[in-house]
Amino acid sequence: MLRKTFESEIKQVKDNVLILGSMVEKALLDSVEALKKRDINEAQKIFAEDKAINKKRFEIESQLMVLIATQQPMAKDLRILASTLEIVSELERMGDYAKGIANINIRMGDETLLKPLIDVPRMATKGVDMLHRALTAFVHEDMETARKLPMEDDEVDALYNQIYRELMTYVIADPKTIERANWLLWVAHNLERFADRVTNICERTIFIVTGEMGEIKSTDEEFWKQQHQEK
Amino acid sequence: MVTKIEIQPQEKQVTSANKVEVKNLSVYYGKFRAVANINMNIQTNKITAIIGPSGCGKSTLLRSLNRMNDLTPNARVEGEIILDGNNLNTTGVDIVDVRRRVGMVFQRPNPFPKSIYDNVAYGPRLYGVRGKSDLEEIVEKSLKQAALWDEVKDKLNQSGLSISGGQQQRLCIARALAVEPEVILMDEPASALDPISTLRIEELMQELKQNYTIIIVTHNMQQAARVSNFTAMMMINDERAGTLVEFDDTQIIFTNPKDKRTEDYVTGRFG
Repeated sequence: MLRKTFESEIKQVKDNVLILGSMVEKALLDSVEALKKRDINEAQKIFAEDKAINKKRFEIESQLMVLIATQQPMAKDLRILASTLEIVSELERMGDYAKGIANINIRMGDETLLKPLIDVPRMATKGVDMLHRALTAFVHEDMETARKLPMEDDEVDALYNQIYRELMTYVIADPKTIERANWLLWVAHNLERFADRVTNICERTIFIVTGEMGEIKSTDEEFWKQQHQEK
Repeated sequence: MVTKIEIQPQEKQVTSANKVEVKNLSVYYGKFRAVANINMNIQTNKITAIIGPSGCGKSTLLRSLNRMNDLTPNARVEGEIILDGNNLNTTGVDIVDVRRRVGMVFQRPNPFPKSIYDNVAYGPRLYGVRGKSDLEEIVEKSLKQAALWDEVKDKLNQSGLSISGGQQQRLCIARALAVEPEVILMDEPASALDPISTLRIEELMQELKQNYTIIIVTHNMQQAARVSNFTAMMMINDERAGTLVEFDDTQIIFTNPKDKRTEDYVTGRFG
């Protein structure tokens, strides 16, 4: 096989993407866990560790630049490298959502949670599970999974919807809870965006396999439309 | 006899998109079929690259397009090469005229051991241009088109062999342009040149395509990707004859080729 070196370098890049992915997964789950426990020390740690995620992203990015410059990739190789550039930037942003949740935890200070967290951890687990499978599909160029996975975003949206309604009932019953409701809504929003970005990763995997660049239609628009109509 | 050459080669073909149509072209060396059943359309004022592994018949195909294979003993070309609607590959065609309309630049710069001026004036003189001022005009125009004029205008009487390799290749391009071709065939025109001279030739090709139709054979895939509008991928079949595997927009060939063999070749897995 010609280009053995190049192929092993592509594999190394993919391994690095998986490492970055696992860092992001861990950050998100930890940030929700810390919020659940209202552990501010842990939140501060997650906030600081986001730097490691950013660093890893830049490391992969420069690895990709070197490969593009030295190997002059064509066709599928080019699609893999170009898509990986996009995917690492998605992952970095997803890490920011974890950081955002840690930040909310810190800013809440002594404030207690408005309600025990049940659906929020569910959203996080679902999002992380989707990310994990999306990255596995990316590494194995598994188009089937990449095509199906974005549909699962509906579950995350449904949870978000549910959290939203629930928090609204608190606010309506006692408007003084608005600030504490807002914190949680903000957390849920971060988680909703996290799952949305999984779709972007899947789009890149489809591009790698087919060469077709396209957007997988998101149901988010319908969700917002629905919200609007009900009001 | 031609007395004055006006350089306005393409005006008459603006309406026709295909400058050259190759139909069922096969080239035989004796009984051996070296190139089999090629069909492709070469668009006017575009650069078409032919790529493929060594020995796949790229140069053989290219040489058929101005009937250079006639010069090879035992070679026989079947099929049609239609230039502006007229088949070149048939008896009764004026081969000298074909080679004027379809010029060629080779891998190694091959200026004649004559002055720079005489190298460029050689073709027009052959076609009967005698007037000194006419010749001077053609030489200047051709050297300017080949982006060499500024470098050699003060030493037109020096030997064509005294200039650098990259300049020699541009001199050969100027020599080809001097007889007002319509199509320029380039067989690895930059493979013997350093990177800067190579880029200069590539830039020159972009300028030349405004007025000429260019077909280039290259082993350098980055070059094909950089310079061409269309790319033809060739490969030998089971009978060891060169065939056309895929022909498409260059962008598609290098980002999302349809044929697995093209994919393997452009990504360096094969060839």
